Amino acid sequence: MRLIPLLISATITATLVILFNTKLILPAALGKLLAPQQGLWQNAEPAAQDFSADLKFDQLKGKAEVYFDDRLVPHVFAENETDAYFIQGYLHAKFRLWQMDLQVRSAAGRASEIAGEIAINHDREFRRLGMVYGAEKSLKKMEADPLIKATCDAYTAGVNEYIKSLTVATLPLEYKLIGYEPELWSNFKTALFLKYMSYDLAARETDFEMTNAKQFFSKEDFDLLYPVIQDSLDPIVPKGTLFTTPGVVTKPPASADSLYLTSLVNIDKVNNPDPGNGSNNWAVSGSKTESGAPILCNDPHLGLNLPSLWYEMQLSTPAFNAYGASFPGAPSIIIGFNDSCAFGFTNGGRDVRDYYEIKFKDESRKEYWFDSAWKQTDFRYEAIKIAGKPTMIDTVAYTIFGPVMFDKSYSGKRTDNKTNYAVRWKAHDESNELLIFTKLNNAKNYADYQEAVVNLHTPGQNVIFASKSGDIAIRTQGEWPAKWKGQGDFVMPGTDSSYMWQGMIPDIETPFQYNPERGFVSSANQRPVDSTYPYYLGREYPTPRGALVNRMLADSNKFTPERMMKMQTDNYNIFAEWAKPLFLKNIDESLLSENEQKYFRLMKNWDLRSDPASTGATVFVLAWENLRPVILDDEFAKAPQPVMAPFESTLLESLLRDSAWKFIDNINTAAKETLPDICMLAFKNAAKKIMIAEAAGKLEWAKYKDTHVDHLVKIKEFSSLHLPVGGGSNIINAARENHGPSWRMIVSLTQKTAAYGIYPGGQSGNPGSRFYNNFVNDWAAGKYYTLWMMTNEETGDRKVKWKMSFSKS
Amino acid sequence: MYSMKFIVSLILTGLLSFAACLYLPWWSISIVAFVVAALIPQKPLASFLSGFTGLFILWISLSTWISNANEHILAHKISMLIIKMDNVVMLVLVTALIGALVAGMGALTGSFLRKKQVPKS
Repeated sequence: MRLIPLLISATITATLVILFNTKLILPAALGKLLAPQQGLWQNAEPAAQDFSADLKFDQLKGKAEVYFDDRLVPHVFAENETDAYFIQGYLHAKFRLWQMDLQVRSAAGRASEIAGEIAINHDREFRRLGMVYGAEKSLKKMEADPLIKATCDAYTAGVNEYIKSLTVATLPLEYKLIGYEPELWSNFKTALFLKYMSYDLAARETDFEMTNAKQFFSKEDFDLLYPVIQDSLDPIVPKGTLFTTPGVVTKPPASADSLYLTSLVNIDKVNNPDPGNGSNNWAVSGSKTESGAPILCNDPHLGLNLPSLWYEMQLSTPAFNAYGASFPGAPSIIIGFNDSCAFGFTNGGRDVRDYYEIKFKDESRKEYWFDSAWKQTDFRYEAIKIAGKPTMIDTVAYTIFGPVMFDKSYSGKRTDNKTNYAVRWKAHDESNELLIFTKLNNAKNYADYQEAVVNLHTPGQNVIFASKSGDIAIRTQGEWPAKWKGQGDFVMPGTDSSYMWQGMIPDIETPFQYNPERGFVSSANQRPVDSTYPYYLGREYPTPRGALVNRMLADSNKFTPERMMKMQTDNYNIFAEWAKPLFLKNIDESLLSENEQKYFRLMKNWDLRSDPASTGATVFVLAWENLRPVILDDEFAKAPQPVMAPFESTLLESLLRDSAWKFIDNINTAAKETLPDICMLAFKNAAKKIMIAEAAGKLEWAKYKDTHVDHLVKIKEFSSLHLPVGGGSNIINAARENHGPSWRMIVSLTQKTAAYGIYPGGQSGNPGSRFYNNFVNDWAAGKYYTLWMMTNEETGDRKVKWKMSFSKS
Repeated sequence: MYSMKFIVSLILTGLLSFAACLYLPWWSISIVAFVVAALIPQKPLASFLSGFTGLFILWISLSTWISNANEHILAHKISMLIIKMDNVVMLVLVTALIGALVAGMGALTGSFLRKKQVPKS
């Protein structure tokens, strides 16, 4: 033995192993990642992958077959319902495990376990908002319902059977890349996932920004800048509909106008769910279609990610047969259709998250002043594990309102450490949301829909329905707090009960439409009703899309699925239809430079369609974006930050209504500016930016907007970038930069259902699969796939590519 | 040219590494190469080269085979991510080189376990 060379050589070998097996020296464990039998190469799925399999599990009650079609959409045929949910869980995990796991860890405020210290504020924010608290309460309610419990148990078992089958080699790619492992699923995680959807859709609030605005502006100015209702509103329930006497009579506190609220909040810009989390849905009755059968359309606008939020599938049992988009993370079909009817959703968008200023007795936070006495707080201890650091215990005080989200220990950028704010969020209340989906999957008629829909409390949605029997309906469903005018717009005093929510709007008073005379129902996140509705609904609703949808539906008859596809992907910019004349009327072309004139003519000759190649669309958007600053920046410069920016339709309508609107004048100059002055200035400012865009070859709208579908943790190589997509904000085709129509669906309820749909993703969550993002280009091109409601007799169809058999072991 | 021993070592290292990686962590290839070199005496350089070449051929074949079947969908993405260039061949070479280096060094270590008097081949 040659000891010295042996030792040297052994040391070098060991060093190489450490070098390539850990992240201690290199930023990635290259050996572990690239070892062909275990690393990333194992995730390179053969293009000719055979997905067929014969699987046996103890938990199954009977037999089931899953037929995968050429798009890898599974058609599940199970002898009984719980087996169908078991298989759904298994398939969700097989194709989307990493995203399911990531989403619930994020929802539970557990991102730091993986990402380390940088995620600590995310985790604290989510825990202090009461995400876990809310999910625990929901779980209790869900598990008290034997049917839902059985559904969730089966789903969870299916997910876990797949997780248990994983090996080092078959682990989803992102776990290998980031370096962690999946956790077993549970019913609690399904509850957390649903809570995450509540966060996305029903957690938006602007209470602090509005509080600052109210403090800064006079009452007169405030009312001008933040009106409750816009002129352009065309509500979901048509204007003039009569409402019954309210069952809950709300009583504003005596101090509502004076005390509410006196202190300014001095905070930075804060995170908030995207204001564009909206959607379109509409249904037309047979009287307005060529076939004589109703057509239902839905496209939910959400963040565009890979893997997609949606997973397409068919669930068929002797009890029900449903097809559509499902949520990896929850059982049942969410947006889809069955043999009798179709159903869909748009976001209700009402404010159900309010803040109360809490007065603690002392630093201990053990007592707070409420209704003239010191009241005991409850403490909830949130243990936040942090990768590479000791676990942090975040102690959160709970009051009668809810958790004290922002206090001395966590400012969340909303408090300067002197004030404490408790949050009251509707999603804190126990509820059993899954019931609406399982019941809709089973629904045969309007009565079944009515029975199903009332189970949805939060996030409140405009639930649309159409059936083969000819019915169409929409219901602005949710369990909504009955508010007095202005309640919850600002941070409220938390020292007594007078500012608390005084009750929920009774179900019977929920605005709805059932077979209206006009032959259609629709929603596009606009305010659901006009000002005669007896409850206060907040201020923040977009109007343009809803107005256009209603106009297009009212103006036309003989609709076909093909015409609905055109409508759902329509790039007509109704907001520009309203706003462009403002520029044309107020800008004197002769006063523009040669270059500015060129741009001005592009806008002037623009056909109002924000198509991918349109240059006029880019000019208009930049002109409009530059108008608000020249009008409002002078007044807003001294306002405490953050402050609420007026909605664009408020701004536009004010200028159209009153060419001498008080904010037009620049208060910093001696001269009195006019509407033509500021339009000209805005356009000149815009022209500078248009020139930069043009020089960069980005004058065409799709290039300027640059829509992309990002990988969930933003790994560029796993994203679909630079998509040639038109549309945008305020357009029916609401495709913005990284947000937009996340599932387009059209269902014609003819005797044999004709359904079409697409989402910007692919059925597999594996970036190494040819099914990872194979729908994206077709989605970008506005194409649709035929949604195949397969029958038992069609098992030999050419479209069936693979078959998975499930049976009891 | 190459002796029988070299060829046998090379093939044995490759085959046993393939088997080992079905059950053990990837770096078990260093142990396999070590054991093979300890059992089949060769000069240190020859041992190193047989381990190195055995794994180089094994991993280049495996990754090429997998990537071809995948129509290189993933290799394009991973090469951009890891070696910052869209180059599938380079990714395959980097893969093979890592395996080759680790196995080569394992084999070299194994060869030192023997007494100096290695019969001339």
